[in-house]
Amino acid sequence: MEFLSYFGGVFEPVALALLFGGTIGGLILGATPGLSPTMAVALLIPFTFHLAPTQGLILLGAAYTSTVAGGAVSAILLKIPGAPANIATALDGNEMAKRGEGARALQLSFLASGVGGLIGVMLLIFLTPVLAQWALQFGFPHLFWIAILGVTVIGSLDSKSFVKGLLSGCIGLWLSTIGYDDIQGAERFVFFDALSGGITIIPALIGLFAIPQVIEMFAKGRRESKVESLEVPKYSFMDSVRELFSSIRALSIGTVVGSVIGLIPGVGGQIAGLVAYDQARNFSPLKDKFGTGHSEGVIAAESANNAMVGPSLVPLLTLSIPGSPTAAVLLGGLLIHGIFPGSDIFTNHPEVVWTFINSMLIGQILMVIFGIYTAAWAARIAKAPVPIMASGVLVLALFGSYSVGQSMGDVQIMLILGVGMYILEKFGFSAAPLVLGLILGPIAADNFITGSRIADAQDGPWVYFFTGPLNIVLVTMVVASIGYSFWTNMLRSTFADKSQKSAGEAPAE
Amino acid sequence: MNTQRLQHVVPATIIFGLSIIVAWLSFTEEPAAAYTFPRIISIIFIALAVWNFIRAATGLSRVGRGIDFGEAKNILPGMVIMLLLVFWGAKALGFYVASSIAFFAAYSFYDPTPLSSVKDWAKRAVVTLLFMTVIYVLFSSVLQVHTPRGLFF
Repeated sequence: MEFLSYFGGVFEPVALALLFGGTIGGLILGATPGLSPTMAVALLIPFTFHLAPTQGLILLGAAYTSTVAGGAVSAILLKIPGAPANIATALDGNEMAKRGEGARALQLSFLASGVGGLIGVMLLIFLTPVLAQWALQFGFPHLFWIAILGVTVIGSLDSKSFVKGLLSGCIGLWLSTIGYDDIQGAERFVFFDALSGGITIIPALIGLFAIPQVIEMFAKGRRESKVESLEVPKYSFMDSVRELFSSIRALSIGTVVGSVIGLIPGVGGQIAGLVAYDQARNFSPLKDKFGTGHSEGVIAAESANNAMVGPSLVPLLTLSIPGSPTAAVLLGGLLIHGIFPGSDIFTNHPEVVWTFINSMLIGQILMVIFGIYTAAWAARIAKAPVPIMASGVLVLALFGSYSVGQSMGDVQIMLILGVGMYILEKFGFSAAPLVLGLILGPIAADNFITGSRIADAQDGPWVYFFTGPLNIVLVTMVVASIGYSFWTNMLRSTFADKSQKSAGEAPAE
Repeated sequence: MNTQRLQHVVPATIIFGLSIIVAWLSFTEEPAAAYTFPRIISIIFIALAVWNFIRAATGLSRVGRGIDFGEAKNILPGMVIMLLLVFWGAKALGFYVASSIAFFAAYSFYDPTPLSSVKDWAKRAVVTLLFMTVIYVLFSSVLQVHTPRGLFF
């Protein structure tokens, strides 16, 4: 119950103001289609650079929580999910809104998000110290394997193509080696001056997550986007509360599925929402009602995608392995404040970590309150013209990436990485593994080099890196994550071939 | 070779080329000790790049639909604005002036409302001014970030 003694930090005036601002801003950004939670958090990091670590993390945590929930607003009222995590919400939420039950759908979605989120953060509170204690026995080879595991898991699970996912991770690992090697005192892969200091994490994150979305908006051209927003007649809040707790099955399924999926590195909210929706339908006696505007669909999807937020930070805080792409960006936020996640994080920075976690607990409650009262307003902002959003994000990316190191080189690298990532994404590569490679690369490299030196003085690298129970478990997990992804890819392509063949043969029959 | 397959072959070839360069530099540059970790990465990088290239060349690479001509045409003006802003304007003209011009140019180019309407041009100018005022207050006054001033501001 150590966390209780750090609640005071959340209620300090600046921290509270940031929590309020982060929650409201996050709800609006989340409701805006085209602005993903990951991009929102990446663009916010430069602002935290000028804040105390605790305050910075409170802002990022509030934004992370509320962008995921805010995405439900546009999913329900505009049928455009604000984030991939809200895809399942749009299925029933928009049908409810079309029937004139928009307020009911919004209230249920925020209440379900709040309940799921609270339970998710409680899991974070109770699981993190246990895992951190266990992680104390990790040495150099284990930390090396954990960093590699982070890249292979997210590379194989977060991508539609297993080869491209791993290639993205590999490119990220290589990018992390660019610049000055402190141990050997040599420059590596410095093709032009801007690279001499290496690739700075924050401008890279902004480039990799924000610039592809700017270009994606440009790609739409001068197209009039007519988004029809539905009217939101008033609905009794207490009736929504009663309905939520009478739909306990959907709420429990969503919360459990979201929490479990959050703990698996790399899986993320989109899968949590869809799996929970599917399971809630399977276990419901009213299966046929799903997809026609059934409130249980909204409850399951929204409780899952917010229950995922807390647990996705468990592997991040204890093992440096982010549970989702947004958690990877949060890792960048921790690193710029000199906080290195790991087994000793609760010993070295208890005030920062516990205040941050507590703020997420309070943030869930604020998110429900602000969400319900600002939803209609947020939906109006969500209809902001695409050219304004694209130009605005471009300027914010420029200032944000410059402000970290006051270097034009950082800005240029940000743009080069962003344009490159846009092209790669068009060919099935994804940003998350690349970012993980970039962030975890130095951890893997340092532990590998130090471990190799010890190994040379002992029994050699093979024994040092591949023997011992913990090494074997970690290597097995690396191999299993690659093997599982390879197997599911094979199944998927076989299934796609069969359906193509049957589709082709159909006219001949 | 159809267009879709060709579209996948081009990036696969570039990535393969990059992996060769990375491996070449990792195994030839000195001091060798500084390249121990990059050497391991480069071997895996080459293996995956070869695999990816073979899949692309044989038409097995289907994830990602590539970039069509219409999209490329739409992106081009925005890309020119971004490149001019980052590689020339921000330093030569000053961050705030260059950003204002870039915001106004990108907004005007991609705005579907008629370009002949004076009212719409005025609206774009007002939105640009408001947005840049917020950016100025935020970065210059609140965060105290000193940006290059260039010729103007």
